[in-house]
Amino acid sequence: MALRRQSVILGLLLAPVTLFLGVFFLLPLLIIAVFSVLSPGLYGGVEWTFYHWNYGRIFGWADGIMEIYEPIYLQILVRSLSFAALTVLLTLALCYPVAFWVSRLPDRWRLVFLFLITLPFFSSLIVRLYAWLLILKPTGLLNTSLLALGVISEPLELLYTPTAVVLGMVYVMVPFMFLPLYAAVDNLDRAQVEASLDLGATRAQTFAKVILPQTLPGIMGGAVIVFIPSVGNFVVPDVLGGAKGLMIGNLVEQQFLSARNWPFGSALSMIIMAVVLTVLLVSVTRARKAGGHA
Amino acid sequence: MAPLLEIRGARREFATPEGGRLAALDGVDLDVGANEFVTLLGPSGCGKTTLLRAISGFETLDGGTIRLDGADLAALPPFRRPVNTVFQSYALFGHMTVARNVGYALEVAGVPKPAREAQVTEALAKVGLSGMGARKPAQLSGGQRQRVALARAIIARPRLLLLDEPLSALDRNLRQQMQIELKTLQNTLGIAFVFVTHDQEEALTMSDRIVVMRAGRIEQIGTPRDIYRHPRNRFVAEFIGETNLFPVTVDRMSGDLALAKTAEGLELSLPSAGRMPGERVTAILRPADFAIAAAGIPATVTRAVYLGSDLHLFVQPSVGGPEIRVTARDGDAAETGARVHLAHDPARVHVLEGG
Repeated sequence: MALRRQSVILGLLLAPVTLFLGVFFLLPLLIIAVFSVLSPGLYGGVEWTFYHWNYGRIFGWADGIMEIYEPIYLQILVRSLSFAALTVLLTLALCYPVAFWVSRLPDRWRLVFLFLITLPFFSSLIVRLYAWLLILKPTGLLNTSLLALGVISEPLELLYTPTAVVLGMVYVMVPFMFLPLYAAVDNLDRAQVEASLDLGATRAQTFAKVILPQTLPGIMGGAVIVFIPSVGNFVVPDVLGGAKGLMIGNLVEQQFLSARNWPFGSALSMIIMAVVLTVLLVSVTRARKAGGHA
Repeated sequence: MAPLLEIRGARREFATPEGGRLAALDGVDLDVGANEFVTLLGPSGCGKTTLLRAISGFETLDGGTIRLDGADLAALPPFRRPVNTVFQSYALFGHMTVARNVGYALEVAGVPKPAREAQVTEALAKVGLSGMGARKPAQLSGGQRQRVALARAIIARPRLLLLDEPLSALDRNLRQQMQIELKTLQNTLGIAFVFVTHDQEEALTMSDRIVVMRAGRIEQIGTPRDIYRHPRNRFVAEFIGETNLFPVTVDRMSGDLALAKTAEGLELSLPSAGRMPGERVTAILRPADFAIAAAGIPATVTRAVYLGSDLHLFVQPSVGGPEIRVTARDGDAAETGARVHLAHDPARVHVLEGG
């Protein structure tokens, strides 16, 4: 009786979120999946006929009349993935030492620092990216200072380059990497580090054999949280990359908004999702294996 | 022969939150011989853990030297010292198996795997954990984790093993069993142990010598019997075991006895050696030094606590003054409220100079 009542209460508590996710997450996903195998309508929308050329355009089969295979799509996908991977590596390299430093600060300063890390969330992403635009442009802050200091003789071509895109992505993603990393580093058992040193392990050995494995869940968590939105990001390349369709996110955006080819945009989205899910699955199982019972 | 470990004038200060300085170690001198079991005993904050961490290299001294086999340790980082530690929290590596935990010191020293595995098997057998090598620390009980920590710390054959309150997390039965096992292990290994505890019973059970510390200083160093029977001052007397302290004035001499009285008029007999009439001293008697007898100090039992083989009595002397604690044998007629007489052997009275 009691068990039954408990499951009724649990059901009632879970119903709103289930309903919400069902309507606003699962349903659109289903629509995208269906659209990706339909033919494009003349002025946007879809025709309800089966049409696999959307994928053919990307992976190498096409009828050559209505749709043409273009290797550029796969190239853009690969570039997006490598940009996302680079973003993960750079944010990790930036945040890992800082996480150790912050976890050793006195309580009061630690709170101040954590507040500073989350500060960017209080203002609009677009505004912050336009601030970067002002910094990076040929007559911007960076170039004028470097010129004034005599480090360079002519302005650096930074804006609308891949460098600017990666720089912007790293800037946007740093807090997402930092927070899980910090949680893992802060949880690190200092006694285990001392035990390792006490047993004769050098500092490098202690890092490799104790500190790294113990903070691996945080590293994996941060990597996944940074990688996924980075792959599909279209705002940063749009503002700092000069809207050259540099990344797959921009491509999807174009297909839906300017090219009005919804099925093709849907097919691209499905591919992004497949890649991201694969990455997620692999990293979770790897982390579980490395972390033992964790 | 020079001692294995030589500590001279060890000083370590910490800044207090109020902005002051606190001396955790205030001029500590200590020698530990090879194969000796030395216990650092004292209340929390007495500096015993700081001293241990200074030996292992996790604290740097502000003054003084620590020598091991005649070599100054100051310049050596923890991982270069031939000293291993059993940590209070055990500090086992949670992501490694028990076998890898135990073999860690050999692994980082580059011992090849076959040799390592043989030694791990041997070390696990030594602490009674044969066949547990494949488990993770999380799958072990507290007592088993304690043994893993011990096996891990002895596998590299350190000259000196440091133990930081390793038994404090165990329940009473297991703790007593581990006390005996530790002492046996120390004898068979031939490694010197420096053991930190605040538990006087633990110190008395295992140690060759006990170092009683208070506020960064050593109060007394001696064998357990020495410390218990001949405490150098009130602090040591009260910290080790239960004690009755009597501030008394020597009244008169009678043969090889000196008769002394408390302010309330309670009469005690002391050994006369070195005593002068009119002198004020403190007489120390352990609860077991009193016996219920036909004659002696008249008193009333205010509370009797039954402890199995013993009966623990709180006894109020008729003349007044503080209660006396007495250990009586089960079977003595000493119910609560009983009127009794307390006798004592003058030879067992320990006298501290000064009232």
